[in-house]
Amino acid sequence: MKSFHFSNLTNLRCIAYCSVLSLPPPMDQQQQQSAIQGAKVLMVGAGGIGCELLKTLALSGFHDIHIIDMDTIEVSNLNRQFLFRRSHVGQSKAKVARDAVLRFRPHINIRSYHANVKNPEFDVDFFKQFDVVLNGLDNLDARRHVNRLCLAADVPLVESGTTGFLGQVTVHVKGKTECYECQTKPTPKTYPVCTITSTPTKFVHCIVWAKELLFAKLFGDKNQDNDLNVRANKAASSSKETEDVFERADDEDIEQYGRKIYDHVFGYNIEAALSNEETWKNRRRPRPIYSKDVLPESLTQKNGSTQNCSATDGDDSTTVSAMPLLGLKNPQELWGLTQNSLVFIEALKLFFAKRKKEIGHLTFDKDDQLAVEFVTAAANIRAESFGIPLHSLFEAKGIAGNIVHAVATTNAIVAGLIVIEAIKVLKKDADKYRMTYCLEHPSRKMLLMPVEPFEPNPSCYVCSKTPLVLEINTQKSKLRDLVDKIVKAKLGMNLPLIMHGASLLYEVGDDLDDIMVANYNANLEKSLSELPSPVINGSILTVEDLQQELSCKINVKHREEFDEEKEPEGMVLSGWTQSPATNGESASTSNNESAVDVTESSSGPEIASKKRKLSETQPENHKRETENVESEDDDDLVEIENPMTVSKKKRVA
Amino acid sequence: MDGEELTEQETALYDRQIRVWGANAQRRLTKSHILVSGIKGTVAEFCKNIVLAGVGSVTLMDDSLVNEEALNANFLIPPDENAYRGKTVAEICCDSLKDFNPMVLVSVEKGDLSARSTEFFEKFDVVVIGYGSLATKKAVNEKCRKLSKRVAFYTVDCRDSCGEIFVDLQDYKYTKVPCMMLQFCMSILTSLLWNFQQKKLEEKVECELNFPSFQEAVSVPWKPIPRRTAKLYFAMRVIEVFEENEGRKHGQCSLLDLPTVLEIKKKLCEANTVSESHVPDSLLERLITGTIEFPPACAIVGGILAQEVIKAVSGKGEPLNNFFYYDAQDGKGVMENISNSFTS
Repeated sequence: MKSFHFSNLTNLRCIAYCSVLSLPPPMDQQQQQSAIQGAKVLMVGAGGIGCELLKTLALSGFHDIHIIDMDTIEVSNLNRQFLFRRSHVGQSKAKVARDAVLRFRPHINIRSYHANVKNPEFDVDFFKQFDVVLNGLDNLDARRHVNRLCLAADVPLVESGTTGFLGQVTVHVKGKTECYECQTKPTPKTYPVCTITSTPTKFVHCIVWAKELLFAKLFGDKNQDNDLNVRANKAASSSKETEDVFERADDEDIEQYGRKIYDHVFGYNIEAALSNEETWKNRRRPRPIYSKDVLPESLTQKNGSTQNCSATDGDDSTTVSAMPLLGLKNPQELWGLTQNSLVFIEALKLFFAKRKKEIGHLTFDKDDQLAVEFVTAAANIRAESFGIPLHSLFEAKGIAGNIVHAVATTNAIVAGLIVIEAIKVLKKDADKYRMTYCLEHPSRKMLLMPVEPFEPNPSCYVCSKTPLVLEINTQKSKLRDLVDKIVKAKLGMNLPLIMHGASLLYEVGDDLDDIMVANYNANLEKSLSELPSPVINGSILTVEDLQQELSCKINVKHREEFDEEKEPEGMVLSGWTQSPATNGESASTSNNESAVDVTESSSGPEIASKKRKLSETQPENHKRETENVESEDDDDLVEIENPMTVSKKKRVA
Repeated sequence: MDGEELTEQETALYDRQIRVWGANAQRRLTKSHILVSGIKGTVAEFCKNIVLAGVGSVTLMDDSLVNEEALNANFLIPPDENAYRGKTVAEICCDSLKDFNPMVLVSVEKGDLSARSTEFFEKFDVVVIGYGSLATKKAVNEKCRKLSKRVAFYTVDCRDSCGEIFVDLQDYKYTKVPCMMLQFCMSILTSLLWNFQQKKLEEKVECELNFPSFQEAVSVPWKPIPRRTAKLYFAMRVIEVFEENEGRKHGQCSLLDLPTVLEIKKKLCEANTVSESHVPDSLLERLITGTIEFPPACAIVGGILAQEVIKAVSGKGEPLNNFFYYDAQDGKGVMENISNSFTS
C-alpha cells in the first residue's frame, strides 16, 4: 500500500514560500524550509479556528504539532468544525481532530491533550518546548492565562478570534510587541443587583433574572443565597412566608404549584415593588400579571397533562420539551404573553413530572431544551410586565447561553493568516510581523487589513510589572471579595497567592495542610482591616500566580462609599494607563449607551454581588480608530495613527 | 429540503450560522445549486465551506486524474494511491465533501466545461471556474449572461501565494446594513457580537449594482485605471495572454518562460500606452515560478470566495465588486472595481 511522501514536495514548497517572504539567496530558502520542518508548534483550541488551523498547518509542511482542548464535540459545532462528524458527538475535540488530519497527512506527529490548558501540567517548562504557540480559544480567561505562560516561557504567541464575518490575528513576542494584555480587555459585564431584582430596563436583565434567580431558586442548589425576594424596600412579607411559596409539598398539584409561583413572582412581587413610590418616580411602572388573567382555569384537560404520570425518569431528560405539547414548532417565532405563560407552566410541570431527581441540582445549560424554554418564558413574562420587548426562544437562548455566532469561512481565513504569521515568527522576521483584521465591508478597499504591531505598553502590569491601585472599603469588604472580584476575575489569576509584607494572607495549592487551609478560609471571611496582618489605607499587597509566573503589587486605598450603579462591585482597580494605541478608553462601555446594548447580548450576564462561573465570551469594548494615513505607492503598510498620541507610540520595526 | 421551513435537524446543525445571516438566508442557501469547475487547493477550500454552509447541491467538474501534485494543498484527497489510482480529482473530492454535510447533494459532471451548451448552465444558481483559461472564462460567462435566469459567475485563480477572484452578478439587487457601526470592532479577540442589531434595529437599505461581464472587465484599457490599483490585476492579464498564446494549462510554466512573459507584458503595456513599470517584473516572476499553491493563501481566498457566494445566494450583504486580490507578501486583501466606467 503505497502512500505518498510529502518530502518530495518540500523543495517546491520551499521555493514557493520563500517568495512569500521575499528572501533572495538560496541559502535562506534552506533556512526557512528547516524552520518550518524543525518547528514544534502548540495549538490551544481544537474548535472553529482549531480545525481549520490544524488542517492548514499540516498542509503547509508542519509536522510536529501539539493540540490542547478540553471540550467534547456537540452537534452545533458541525456547521464549521469540519474535522468532526455526527458520530463523533461526545468525543474529545483534540483527539478527533488529530485523527482526521492524520488521514490526509499520515506521517506527521500530532499529540492531542483532552485537558484544560489551565491545568498545572501545562506549566512554563511545558510551554518552553515550543517554538510558537497558536491560540484558537473562545474565552478571555484562557487567553490571558496562555499569554502569561508564553511571556514566562519567552515563546511567541499568535492570537486570534472570530465572530460572524469578523476576525483578527495578532502576534505577541516578548519584549518586541505588546503582550495580549497590554491593551486592557474588559472582564465580564455585571449588573447591579437592584437592576436585576427590581428595575430591569433591557431584555438581558430579564434573562439574568430568569436564569440566575428564578431558575436557580426553583431547580438549583437550595443552599445557595438567592436574591429573588430582595427588594429595594425592605417592607413586605416576612421571609418565612416567601420561603414557603417556593417549597412544594410532595402531594401538591404541579399545575397549581406552577401557578402559585407565577402569581408570586409576576404578580405579588411586582405589587410589592410598586408600593415603594420612590423607586418609580422616574421609571416606567411595571404591571403585575396574574395567571388567572392570562390562562384558562385549568390546563390539564387542554393538553392531557403530564401531571398524572408517575414521576419516573423514563424519558431521556434531554428530549423532554414543552413546545411540542403546546403546538409550538418554530424557535424563531415570537410568542405572546399567553403562549409564554403556557410554556412557563408546562415547562415547570415537566421538570417536576419527568426530571424530579434533578431538581435541587440543576444549573442552566443552553443545551437543555426545557431549561431554555423555561428561562425564555419567564424572561418574556417579566419583560412584558416591565414594558420591554419580548424575544424569541432562539434569541433568548443566544443571550442566556452566551452563544457566539460563527461560520466556517471566517475561521478558515483566520487560520490561513495565523499560519502566515507563524512562519514569520519561526524565521524571526520581525519586520514582517503583522496584526491582520478581517472585515465584513471593505475599508479603503481592504477586506484584509494588515497593521504593524505596537511596542509593549510600558505600564502593562502583566509584561511590565506596574503596581496597581485598589480603592476599597477596607472595613466592610472581605478578603473573599478581593480574591474573587479582583485577583481571579480582573487579574485573571488562577491559583493566587496573596501576601501583605511577610504575612501570607491566602494561597491555593494541593500541598497545603489542613491547618493552613482552615486559616486561609478564616481569613476569607474577615474584612481586610481585621486580617491578622491588617490591610488598611496605604497597605501594599503582593498577589502572585506561580503557574503563570505573574506577580503584581497592589496599593490599597480606603474609600467609604461606592456608587451602586456605576461601581456595583464596591471596589475599583486602576493604575495602569491604557495603551496609547487605543483611543478606546472613553469609548468603552459604561458611558456609551449603544455599546452597552451591544455588549449585553454578548456578555456572560452576571449579577454583581455574587461570584458565579465566569462567562465564556466577554465584550470587547474598546475601539480602534483606523485613520489610515495615505501610504506611498510602494508602502504596503496601513498606518494606524491616533492623532493624539502619534508622538508617544512607536512601531516595532 | 422540501417545504418552506427549515427542518429541525437543519435548525440544530446550522444554529450558529443562522445567528449570523438569519433563517431566510439559510433557507435560500438550502435551495441553491452550485457548479464548480477546476479543483485545486483553493477550490477545495471553497467547496468545503459551501458544503458546510448547507447549499442545496454542488456539482464538481474536473476530469484530471489524481496524481502526487494534486495532493498538494488539497485535503480532500487521502494520500492512498490504491484508493485514488485511475480516479478523477472530482470523483475523489466528491466522496470527501459528502462527508462534511450529508444534507448537501454533491455530484460529479464529466466532460469539458467550455463545450457545454447555454442550457446546461440554467440548472445552476452559481458557476465557479477555478484556474480556467481565458477562452473558457469568457465563453462560460457569455453563456451565463445569455440566460434569462441570473446565474452568478465567479472565477478564482491562485498562484504562488497570491489569489484573484472575479465576480459577475449582472444586474444585482440586494439589502445591506449601512456599514458605519459595524466596522468599529477592530479588536474582537473576545468575540464581540455586533450582529445584535440585525434582527431588530437595522435599517436595511435596498441597493442595486451593475456588474460588467468578464470580457469587459479584462479588456478595460489600462491607462485610465487608478494608479493604486492592485498590480495583480495587470499581472494576471499578462499571464492569461501568455497561457492562451502558448496553449498552456494553468500553472504549466516555469522560470524559463519568463522572457516570453516579459515580452507579452511589454506589448500589452505599449498597446495600453502605459510604462512597463506598471507591471512589476518581480511579480510576474513569482507568478510563473510559484506554480504550486500556498495552503494558507488557499484557505484565505477560498474563504473569501465562499462568503461571496453565500452573500449572492442569500441576497444579503454587499457583494465584492468586482475583483478581489490577496497577496501574502503584503498581507492585504483588496477589492478592486474595474470596469469601463473609468473611460467615460
